[in-house]
Amino acid sequence: MKVLSPVSLSGIRAQAAQHWQATFGGWHSGRPVITVGMATCGRAAGAMDVLQALRDELARLELDCPVVEVGCTGHCYAEPLVTIYKPGYPAICYGYVNPVIARTLLREFLQGDNPCPEFVLGALETNDLVPSFADFPRAKYETRLLLKNCGQIDPEQIEHYIANGGYAALEKALQITPEEVITEIKEARLRGRGGAGFPTGEKWEMCRRAPGRPKYVICNADEGDPGAFMDRAVLESDPHSVLESLIIAGYAIGAGQGYIYVRAEYPLAVQRLRLALRQARQHNLLGRHILGNAFSFDVRLFLGSGAFICGEETALIASLEGEAGIPRHRPPYPAEHGLHGKPTLIDNVKTLGCVRHIIRDGAKAFAAIGTQKSTGTAVFALAGKVVNTGLVEVPMGTTLRQIIFDVGGGIPKGKRFKAVQIGGPSGACLPESALDLPVDFDSLTDAGAMMGSGGMVVLDEDDCMVEIARYFLQFTQRESCGKCTFCRLGTRQMLAILDDITKGKGKPEDIAVLAELAEDVKAGSLCGLGKTAPNPVLSTLRYFRDEYEAHVKEGRCPALMCQDLINYYIIPEKCERSCDACVGTCTVEAISPNSKRIKVIDQAKCVKCGLCLPACPIKYGAIIKQSPPQVQK
Amino acid sequence: MKTVTLSIDGKKVFAHTGEKVLWAALDNGIYIPNLCAMRENSEEPMTACRLCFVEIEGYAQPVTACTEPVREGLEVSTRGERALRLARSGLELLLASHPIECARCPVNRACELQRMAAHLGIKLKTRRLRKFVHEFPIDSSSPLFVYDPNKCVLCGRCVFICQKLPGTPAIGFAHRGFDRRVTTCGDEPIGNRCGDCTECVSACPSGALVFKSRSPAADGS
Repeated sequence: MKVLSPVSLSGIRAQAAQHWQATFGGWHSGRPVITVGMATCGRAAGAMDVLQALRDELARLELDCPVVEVGCTGHCYAEPLVTIYKPGYPAICYGYVNPVIARTLLREFLQGDNPCPEFVLGALETNDLVPSFADFPRAKYETRLLLKNCGQIDPEQIEHYIANGGYAALEKALQITPEEVITEIKEARLRGRGGAGFPTGEKWEMCRRAPGRPKYVICNADEGDPGAFMDRAVLESDPHSVLESLIIAGYAIGAGQGYIYVRAEYPLAVQRLRLALRQARQHNLLGRHILGNAFSFDVRLFLGSGAFICGEETALIASLEGEAGIPRHRPPYPAEHGLHGKPTLIDNVKTLGCVRHIIRDGAKAFAAIGTQKSTGTAVFALAGKVVNTGLVEVPMGTTLRQIIFDVGGGIPKGKRFKAVQIGGPSGACLPESALDLPVDFDSLTDAGAMMGSGGMVVLDEDDCMVEIARYFLQFTQRESCGKCTFCRLGTRQMLAILDDITKGKGKPEDIAVLAELAEDVKAGSLCGLGKTAPNPVLSTLRYFRDEYEAHVKEGRCPALMCQDLINYYIIPEKCERSCDACVGTCTVEAISPNSKRIKVIDQAKCVKCGLCLPACPIKYGAIIKQSPPQVQK
Repeated sequence: MKTVTLSIDGKKVFAHTGEKVLWAALDNGIYIPNLCAMRENSEEPMTACRLCFVEIEGYAQPVTACTEPVREGLEVSTRGERALRLARSGLELLLASHPIECARCPVNRACELQRMAAHLGIKLKTRRLRKFVHEFPIDSSSPLFVYDPNKCVLCGRCVFICQKLPGTPAIGFAHRGFDRRVTTCGDEPIGNRCGDCTECVSACPSGALVFKSRSPAADGS
């Protein structure tokens, strides 16, 4: 591409390096730095108070130490996180910090010389003093690509991003032709991270070749799966990485206008994206003649209004055009007929996040990570019954067992693993036998699941699979737009059946009808939402049919989760007559002693709140939860 | 305009390029169940009713005939078991949410739902599925027609026609999921908004919109 006036990043880069040096450089030359994780996960855990406490205490102690607000490191389970870079020490990250601990750290470690090992989560590098993150079992698997900057830089400072190699990919892309950019993406064999895994390079090429102008690129940041928060973390912790890739995408397909369709429910992400756009414009990374090239491009932020269906690309486009977010038939695909009828490229946040790495480090380096058919890394939001909830990034092909047990630290409270719900409401529940499955697009599809957007909810023995299926179907049923028959009415019928089964009102033929409907909704629905909505039901029917049968035939919930199929019961032989612990906890006065002073639960009064269960001293263990419900005589 | 030859249920059929399989079939006397398909928007069909499934040689899955363009040598079957199963299931779902009171219905025997049920060989009263019928109030505010939202199958034909005609459209879709319905802006009585062209009534396949002249019972309500 013709260079109008030779402007490069080098000027900005020197300035950024200086800025970075001014903040973090002191670590090696005498001045400490503190970073605090201030993404939504940190704030929810109380990072605002910790930040304030740190600032107040630093002022009181008259210490010269900048406090930098960073994003999410992925260790969300241990938030709030504070990292102290003290000269002469390794950078040490402290977990579960509260204002009191924060003040203690400043006095003991910053002023004194005691690194307070009792509060240490891990040091950022290996050392002889305190345990480091490299010693964590997860370190063996984690490969940080998208999350590399997350939690390490201040997302509100473009200088931090540039000083860490930011916008180098854009600079490189502008020096080669758009076709070469696309070739690079194709050679990296990048596949869409939004769920279906469509080859990204092919989509770009289709869009570049499609006739019609202007063209548009859209970043799909309408992350709505229950239990998924990868996009949020990336947008909050490293917004420029998404923006840079979006500009590259715009250059590659020949677009002049880009959009970021972001959930309005992510206020912090919106705020940081807005700031990132402003900073990028100031530095001529957006706008007319980007970095002195003939390429002009700008990005607008569009706030979604809370409909899950708007994550579907045709619905997203309708929403962007000001219509109701309702999908239409594909083809034509948006790459040929998208926003305002023009060729439009839509990519997920994580797909775009990979782009800058491919361009900067080359397709070969990217394709070397992961498997042959699924290259690169997979980012998962680990949630549910797992010790280390949070974000993980591992190479594609890592097994579920490694992710859940090594990275996630296994199941808390010594419970037994039952299933993992992968891919959110469009995904599936996979049982223990599938744990050695490598996580890549094709293996998961073969197992009846799908990569989905990256939610991973771990379930243990206390989770009822029928109830889990019902929960996810209730979500999709509520989020159905109602346009097509199968999704609008089929999910409604399926939900009614599941409701009945979890309430013990299921009829023997219900399971067969449920399976038939699930297959029809999957085959007959118009868009991806309807086509994948039955997956939680189909997968639980495939792997946990015995639980459905126990509900229907015996009125029994094997996991003791369905409220209508359980009751609490006091074993008369075990009840210690002189103890009244359970009586006091009952909020509805359902427990009273009989003539022999043995406590009895009045099942008519009992609301099954479960408070009495832990109240009964372990040495008696007289209260049990049972299914099917039986009444004490 | 170029024509292509395709076969539908073994019958040789000529069609214009760009035409959709559904219209090629209907024009040649081969019925495929459908509700939302309209000639006026056959270029960009609504694809909402999901009933016109057909099987095409070489395709892994049944497809909707309203979206599938004709091609030379295409072999279409409207009687494939998988396509029929989807059509039956879709119609059954619609019927399970439609009040089955045909004897009292003004469009009895002229009803598209009855016709499709007969064609597909299914009963109007489903035993497999649960009954979910809305209980919206009946709107008889227009001097010429009555609108019973409970009988609506959400095919969208009336909305398409109303929005295509000159002037401000009176009706559109509102709400989502199971609550989606055809209504006026702000749920006002339809008579306040409508110019009484009654094009929508002629388009309605299910008895949700009927002329008052055909429906003396609903007149007084």
